[in-house]
Amino acid sequence: MGLNLLALASSRLPSVIRAAALQGMVLGILPLLLERQFQWLVGLVSVGTIAVKGFVIPHLLRRALRAANIDREVRPLIGFVPSLLLGAAATIGAVALGGVLPLQHEHADSLLVPGSFATVVAGFLMLMGRTKAISQVCGYLILENGIYMFGLLLLRLTLLVEAGILLDLTVAVFVIGIIMDRIQKEFDSLDTNKLTALRE
Amino acid sequence: MNELVLIAVPLVFAALAFGWPDERSRPRLLPVAGGLHVVGSCWLLVHPPEPAPGLWLGFDALAQAVLPMISLLFFICSLYAVAYLKVRAERRNRLFVFALLLLLAFLSLAVQAQHLGLLWVAAEAATLMTVPLIHFSGTARAFEASWKYLLVGGTGIALSLLGSFCLGYAALNAGGNGDLTFNALAAQFLPLTANPTAEAARNSHPWLVAAWVLLLAGYGTKMGLAPMHTWKPDVYGEAPGVVGALLAGGTTTMAFVAVLRVKQVLDSAGDGAMTRHTLLPFGLFSMLVAALFLLGSPDFKRMLAYSSVEHMGILAVGAGLGGIGVWAALFHVWTNSLTKGVLFLSAGNIRRAANARNVNEVSGMAWCAPQSSRMFVVGMFAITACPPFGPFFSELLLMRTAFQDHSTLTAVTFLGCLLLAFLGLTRQVFAIVDGRPRAAARAMGHRFRETNGVILPPLAFLGLSLWIGLATPPLLTQAWTAAVQLLLPAP
Repeated sequence: MGLNLLALASSRLPSVIRAAALQGMVLGILPLLLERQFQWLVGLVSVGTIAVKGFVIPHLLRRALRAANIDREVRPLIGFVPSLLLGAAATIGAVALGGVLPLQHEHADSLLVPGSFATVVAGFLMLMGRTKAISQVCGYLILENGIYMFGLLLLRLTLLVEAGILLDLTVAVFVIGIIMDRIQKEFDSLDTNKLTALRE
Repeated sequence: MNELVLIAVPLVFAALAFGWPDERSRPRLLPVAGGLHVVGSCWLLVHPPEPAPGLWLGFDALAQAVLPMISLLFFICSLYAVAYLKVRAERRNRLFVFALLLLLAFLSLAVQAQHLGLLWVAAEAATLMTVPLIHFSGTARAFEASWKYLLVGGTGIALSLLGSFCLGYAALNAGGNGDLTFNALAAQFLPLTANPTAEAARNSHPWLVAAWVLLLAGYGTKMGLAPMHTWKPDVYGEAPGVVGALLAGGTTTMAFVAVLRVKQVLDSAGDGAMTRHTLLPFGLFSMLVAALFLLGSPDFKRMLAYSSVEHMGILAVGAGLGGIGVWAALFHVWTNSLTKGVLFLSAGNIRRAANARNVNEVSGMAWCAPQSSRMFVVGMFAITACPPFGPFFSELLLMRTAFQDHSTLTAVTFLGCLLLAFLGLTRQVFAIVDGRPRAAARAMGHRFRETNGVILPPLAFLGLSLWIGLATPPLLTQAWTAAVQLLLPAP
């Protein structure tokens, strides 16, 4: 959860990407810790998660960053301090909410539910509060990480689904990368504030 | 022959299209795949396979009720696409054809998915496949539209994933065994209705509420219900007409099927009142927003997007009314999608002939593109529910259901929005068609040629819309009835 705040507070794009990647790797290790005995399917998904979220996606993003040759400041719509405060408030709210919701016994004392809610909110904050396309993508990734974390509660039910999610996510980032490349060429910038031709 | 063919055929053709060396003949793969798909889905409609419980995929009653429409829509659109890609020979079409075929494959997968997770994966994949279709033109505006689509659609689809997990967790709390197929979920929640104060019911209820809110927001974004409709005008305005028709008739239908399937689970958990009281206001609000924007939108392709938002609202109202309302909504899925086909394809022709999109710049199209203009006008009357076209009958049935249901307020709002939309649409359409052509359009020199390839497909849609309305085949009405029975909670 500290990583959310790090991502919200960072003013430079590479560190935002690093925070999202680190979060993805932690998520990859979590299922191994949660399962008492080792199963190869769990292991496979966890290795896949670490590879995709920790290496492939950050690599794609960094390449987009280099190719687009943009300055590395974040340029927030919501300032760093307000977004940090909002993120912290969301974390507190998530812990409170996690206490109220009826959970199964084995999940009752784990921090998975509050953690995932806090991460989802932080992702939303980044999605809405930043103008650069890449920071919006990082926000989307953090949002996705939060949802993935929630999915760990249902670990035994949805392993195949998680695999599908990973696949979709990779393709998504790939597509996003291409679009960003084209937007860069067309608009000479990745500032989404410039995308204003389409409106009523 | 089984239901997997419907997914396999477009996949195979997509691979073939990707490897096809010749730019000129590649688009012809589209109608071949579309034709096979139509044959397959109609064959399955006549000879429905035995439903197998517990499977993740199945051509069940709901799939029977909508999938043939999607194949028909795709087939006719693919015929138009051949002519369209010939006109746009300056753009490379490999990615376009490939993505179009994959979109058909994922739509077939999503409509047939019986598993909560599989449905999500297919819906997400279909979303991603749409992106290359939207920016086919390669203009700055097209990229802006694709970016907004990716962000809004991606966030929506992420919300529906969170909702799916919440629903799964609710099932765990209700003592489920981890089976996430829709029928199994409904069966797990059914005992809760008998004893709503039991511990299992109390533990799963908050999760069910969360799941419904998130799933409705998520799949509602894909449907384009207001206020999550913001991607729609941008995308429909910039994407080629074929893509608009497929999005308005195919992707939104898939999202509607997803909402119906989730609603089935929630209803059997005893939350029917909640789904009703959220779907009705959502639907009416969408209709109202769309009707108001229709009065003011200056771009005639964006205007079609608002009309689509309005009709998604109608579907949501139908689903909210339940019973015969759902039947009417399934009917409306067919009539709306086929009629939208006429409008999008003829609007695409007009857009090419006029080389402009703004109502202020386009006029006198009856002179420049007479046949397309004629179809555009007739299609407009059809979509605003003038008899004898399909939408008239489906909307009439919905109105009757609303009055029988004593939801007079719903019915009155419904009628008022229809009237506003009619005013908005007619004003725009006649502004485009009537008058004298602008100098810019005349100066284009080469007049847009209305070849058979771009005229016959919308005409076919018009004929189908008429046919569905006047002589609904009993095969379809049976399929809709079966789907409604499937969706109603077992007594």
